[in-house]
Amino acid sequence: MDFTRLTLSDVSRNFGRRRALARVSFDCDAGEIVGLLGPNGAGKSTLLGILATLVAPSSGEVRYGEHTAREAGAELRRRIGLLAHDLHLYPELTAGENLEFFGRLYGVRDARARVAGWLERAGLGDRRDDPVSGFSRGMRQRLALERALLHDPRLVLLDEPFTGLDDGATFALVERLRGLKAKGCLVLLATHDLETVEGLVDRVAVLREGRLVEMAGGGGSLRERFRAVTR
Amino acid sequence: MTDFFRIAWLVMRKDLTIEVRSREILYTTLFFAMSCVLVFAFSFVKEGRALDDAAAGILWIAIAFSGTLALGRTFERERHAETLRALMMAPADRPAIYLGKLMGVLVLMAVVELIVVPLVGVMFQAPLLAHPFQLLALLATGTLGFAAVGTLFAAMLGRARSRDVLLPVLLYPITVPVIIAGVRGTAALFQAEVDEPMVRTWVAMLVFFDAVFVTLALWTFEPVMTE
Repeated sequence: MDFTRLTLSDVSRNFGRRRALARVSFDCDAGEIVGLLGPNGAGKSTLLGILATLVAPSSGEVRYGEHTAREAGAELRRRIGLLAHDLHLYPELTAGENLEFFGRLYGVRDARARVAGWLERAGLGDRRDDPVSGFSRGMRQRLALERALLHDPRLVLLDEPFTGLDDGATFALVERLRGLKAKGCLVLLATHDLETVEGLVDRVAVLREGRLVEMAGGGGSLRERFRAVTR
Repeated sequence: MTDFFRIAWLVMRKDLTIEVRSREILYTTLFFAMSCVLVFAFSFVKEGRALDDAAAGILWIAIAFSGTLALGRTFERERHAETLRALMMAPADRPAIYLGKLMGVLVLMAVVELIVVPLVGVMFQAPLLAHPFQLLALLATGTLGFAAVGTLFAAMLGRARSRDVLLPVLLYPITVPVIIAGVRGTAALFQAEVDEPMVRTWVAMLVFFDAVFVTLALWTFEPVMTE
């Protein structure tokens, strides 16, 4: 299955008595990068978890094109790539083994043969046989990004993708995101690096205490707008 | 269907690769199971003679306790970098992930049993080789029943704060029928005059438990793993 539009309608999520998300509604289209902004605990990661089909909404609905996650099942997950705050890498395995394992899990053809290319793109070409436990946070972040994108997902969900990256890697990631947008991917990224994503995001969704308080174009100073909304 | 088993195989192979590299679970569970057998041997073996049925009970206690340890540590690894969530994100039937984890746990428990069963034989003078295939059937079906429930609960509790305490609290009451069948079947097998119909009855009972537990676990894994 494939889709070019993501629609959230009144999505809420409660954890016990705590409401993490309250009636969030918006939609976005292929070829668009949407920035999810908000203070800590605003509900950004919960929203990404729901979009990734890992967390079920307490009420409301998410539609991937014409389908809900329940209707589309495993085939929908083939079209979603998630880079979470926890990097979803096995520290005991080498960089190459991690990518090969996830490549095979996602049914990527010739996963073993393609590992070298993926590692090269992550700037880790010479670290293929090194265990991930010895990597710095930035190196793990680059590897985890490759893991999230190795199956060419349509919907790319990124939670703080710039964490631990140096200037060069940050620039490379920004360029990569522009490439994904040009390819027709639908990118949602939660970040506090407002200056980095200025000029990159097409729209921003600002969350506060689980509520969507602003959904607007990505132009102008994000820092000033963020402060104005969350003050 | 082939994709289902391919995914299960991938997950099991990944778990075993990690274990071969660290040997953490194998060493700790083996040490724990052997300590268990040795301590009980000092209590239940007097003047070279073991109490009736003690060997069967000690064997299954060692299997259950070391199995619990293996289950906890296997899923603790997946929790560390939230890799269980990455597995749940894969475009595969989620029961295939369960099956892969179950097979990994079964291999670990089998390796532990490979050492512990002969140790029980030596310490309690249990006639292991008198009916090896029946003993194998009891061990295989009993271990499968225990691990099938344990894998489901350990995965479910992956994000719970008190998971180390909750796992045995939930697991033991539900697997009591498996443990009892294992103990009674093994005791019947270790008697001076083996009660073969009784052994077959307990093996059949274990096969029934396995069928129920594995089916229920495969059926419920997807809903219980969705947060």
